[in-house]
Amino acid sequence: MTLLRLEDLSVTFPVARRGAWPWEAPDLLRAVTDVSLEVAAGETLGLVGESGSGKSTLARAVIGTIPASSGRVLWEGQDLAALSAGRRRRHRAEVQMVFQDPLAALNPRMTVGRAIAEPLQTHEPDASRDERRRRVGEVMEKVGLSPKLMDRYPHEFSGGQCQRVGIARALVLNPRLIVADEPVSALDVSVQAQVVNLMKRLVKDMGISLIFIAHDLSVVRNVSDRIAVMYLGRLMEVGPARPLIAAPAHPYTRALVEAVPVPDPARGAVRAAGLVEGDIPSPLSPPSGCVFRTRCPRARPDCADAPPALRPVRETEAACIHPIAEAAHA
Amino acid sequence: MPLLEIDDLAVTFATPGGDVRAVDGVSLSVDEGGATAVVGESGSGKSQTAFSVLGLLAKNGRATGAVRWDGEDILNAPDRRLRTLRGEEIGIIFQDPMTSLNPFMRVGSQLAEALTEHRGVSRREAEREAGRMLDAVRIPDAKARLRQYPHEFSGGMRQRVMIAMALLNRPRLLIADEPTTALDVTVQAQIMELLADLRREFGMALLLITHDLGIVAGACEETVVMYGGRVMEKGPTADLFAAPTHPYTVGLLAAVPRIDGDGDLAAIPGDPPDMSRPLPGCPFTPRCPLAHAPCPTVRPPMDGRRACHAPVPDVRALAARLAPEAAE
Amino acid sequence: MRAPKMHPAAAAEPFVEAAETGVLVADEEGGGRSLWQDARRRFFQNKVAVASLVWLAIVAAMALIGPLVAPWDYESVDWSVLGNIREAGRPSIESGHWFGTDELGRDLFARTMQGTQISLMVGIVGALAAVVIGTLYGAISGYAGGRVDGFMMRLVDILVSIPYMFVLILLLVVVQASAFLQSIPGIQFIALFVGIGAISWFDMARIARGQTLSLKNREFVEAAIATGVRPFRIVTRHIVPNLMGIVVVYATLLVPNMIIFESFVSFLGLGVQEPATSWGALLNDGAETLTRGTLWQIGFPLFFFVTTLFAFFFIGDGLRDALDPKDR
Repeated sequence: MTLLRLEDLSVTFPVARRGAWPWEAPDLLRAVTDVSLEVAAGETLGLVGESGSGKSTLARAVIGTIPASSGRVLWEGQDLAALSAGRRRRHRAEVQMVFQDPLAALNPRMTVGRAIAEPLQTHEPDASRDERRRRVGEVMEKVGLSPKLMDRYPHEFSGGQCQRVGIARALVLNPRLIVADEPVSALDVSVQAQVVNLMKRLVKDMGISLIFIAHDLSVVRNVSDRIAVMYLGRLMEVGPARPLIAAPAHPYTRALVEAVPVPDPARGAVRAAGLVEGDIPSPLSPPSGCVFRTRCPRARPDCADAPPALRPVRETEAACIHPIAEAAHA
Repeated sequence: MPLLEIDDLAVTFATPGGDVRAVDGVSLSVDEGGATAVVGESGSGKSQTAFSVLGLLAKNGRATGAVRWDGEDILNAPDRRLRTLRGEEIGIIFQDPMTSLNPFMRVGSQLAEALTEHRGVSRREAEREAGRMLDAVRIPDAKARLRQYPHEFSGGMRQRVMIAMALLNRPRLLIADEPTTALDVTVQAQIMELLADLRREFGMALLLITHDLGIVAGACEETVVMYGGRVMEKGPTADLFAAPTHPYTVGLLAAVPRIDGDGDLAAIPGDPPDMSRPLPGCPFTPRCPLAHAPCPTVRPPMDGRRACHAPVPDVRALAARLAPEAAE
Repeated sequence: MRAPKMHPAAAAEPFVEAAETGVLVADEEGGGRSLWQDARRRFFQNKVAVASLVWLAIVAAMALIGPLVAPWDYESVDWSVLGNIREAGRPSIESGHWFGTDELGRDLFARTMQGTQISLMVGIVGALAAVVIGTLYGAISGYAGGRVDGFMMRLVDILVSIPYMFVLILLLVVVQASAFLQSIPGIQFIALFVGIGAISWFDMARIARGQTLSLKNREFVEAAIATGVRPFRIVTRHIVPNLMGIVVVYATLLVPNMIIFESFVSFLGLGVQEPATSWGALLNDGAETLTRGTLWQIGFPLFFFVTTLFAFFFIGDGLRDALDPKDR
């Protein structure tokens, strides 16, 4: 069953041009352009991209804090922008977010117990104090924190523990979708693995859908059922996690896979071969046609014509007119 | 004789809450033209180890032990000596290339300044050399780029500028402190490749400080693994990765998600150590699956490659249990 | 020797299983330390600030109790010293004029205490007005953003550009000249407080707005918005509590500014009216008789004035360090 569907979603931000008069039209920063995606109930979708890929903006469009400029976000088939006020509040309770910097996402003047209880207070104001404390305690145990720590303040916790608090806050309302924006990239490797395992287990046990956003392809690969790759606001490739990594159809996906450092001295040197050149262009003036063509080793003149649409290549879908035909390098 | 030899280095910071020992008894060396990586998580003391080499510790920090540069003890050397050392003999690059560049100065002038300071060459000669160096770090259209300001460079380009600046005086050693942490993966791969090329071209040694075991694998011949201010294990990178002999190295390697791996990650339980309350014994004890009686109280000696009380076969058995895929 | 904190499962099991079972153990029971508690502890470690606080308490106590225990009140003239202030009016225990008398034979101790009351009141009222009006105005402006913010802040800009000293003097002169207004008891006080309160909040509003703007973009506010917390609750629960630190510091530093400001107005003869007095008025009187050998007339008020101002500044500094330890 499809829980969330994005249809040609675009999000643009006005950016004042330097030296322009106030009444002149501002430049448009296209953070997300024409993205169509689906998330099924209970499914984990990994969203990968480098800086400027629009993955965080996409997340905020899904939870509804940034409106879509065009296209639609459909929640259980209903357009988010057209929801009634009551239904929108319910949507807010059903979709929760986990943030990148675990300490910054907690109010330093609030105990973690109150932070976890805040969604409860907002959406179930009738619950009694004892009831709230009980549920906060329950959810803290679920994420591996002792309920005894309820009256402590965030600065008394380590980064990994703060992220557990963040996850507890997201879980306390029993949501149906969690959007996690780089939830482990601020954590140490050893702690990162704890949090990844915890999230995997929780969404599986509770049947929650998860959108897991990261720049680290190997983490995403570990968590996700399906993976979506974004570059400069556009979707490059979507597909089941295994084939997408093992035999990417899009040159950008392949570049990302190649760039991931492998902790194996024998392989490290070999992999350096297929690197892409140059830097990510500015999202204020993306290249015409395929946005990746300026760095693409397979680019041909016709890549500049029009932005390619997603089309099936083997087991995945890729937005490329010259996809990689074979799983040659695997 | 190694080019740089750190011997029994300890770094202590005086804080209002009492002394914090960030580095404790660290010994490592970098050979002429060689590359050594110092790997550790936050609070491992890896950066403070590097900073104390160049006298860059914060004011409340104190370093003891010895740092020998080409045989000369430079730990706590006078400022004048340290200044010639920095830039001329040892180059250094940091994690965030933006904060290391003056936003109000053209990149060319900043590079030239580094040269005129140390070598007293003419301004014109310095600018020409700066241009050559930007070429060397593969910045396209280097001549025009000299006239630009730092904000006109992308993150990856800025890190290249920082590398160029560090290399201007042809140092014999480059210290790179998390050089790619702030960069995107595709750019990170470029920078690591560049560092490898430059090492070959300039015959320069590299001391790489990083939290990422992945980038170490292809870049350094020697690896030192630090935890809680101490060296856990050190040795040739290939040996260390293939057959780790310390439970922390085992855990760290198993915790890194592999692009080619599946299943649950082998997380290390618990949290990084609180450096203001160090254990008398091994700092990894509270998180170690092989911890036993002497671990919390008796500090394991460094016996050549590792500092651990657990017998090597036990560590090997742990590694085998954590990485069933490796057997396939 | 302290036993290490050990994960119950960690000792026996490898990493995977240990992480799965993990309920983290608290190392001590009980409630947490809030940032305020931390700040209080740091503040009380600052000896200068604590000494200042004690001195301020003494001054305030004297201002309250002094007039009750003094043998003279602040307006009665001691006719016995009149005409020979230099000799008979000097400070002495026997005459009951502990601080001596002023040029009109009135008891300087009683007058200084009364002036202290007025000056402290002026300072506190000014700071309070700034805290209430300024914080609210700034927080609303900052959180609303956009056009509302633009309008509210331009309004402050305009008000700031009016020469406030001129307006205040005009206000006080009008009040003094108007027979009708003079019939209202205490009108001069009220006018002074209104005038000072009306100008003291501009900077506070700007500071509060700036802080709100940066708080608004912090992730914990975004987290609250994402869960659907209503804007008013976000301001009261998330913004204002995090604003209080800087507001308290600035308010403490504002008190002496207001005192100086009032002193200046009174020095011009426009502030409090005879026989009531304030530090500024006392200093004015003392300065006029500086050449007549009655130095106590300026000495005592000056001592209280200067020490109190310093006390406020030191407390403000102490609060800033205590509330924002990163700045040190």
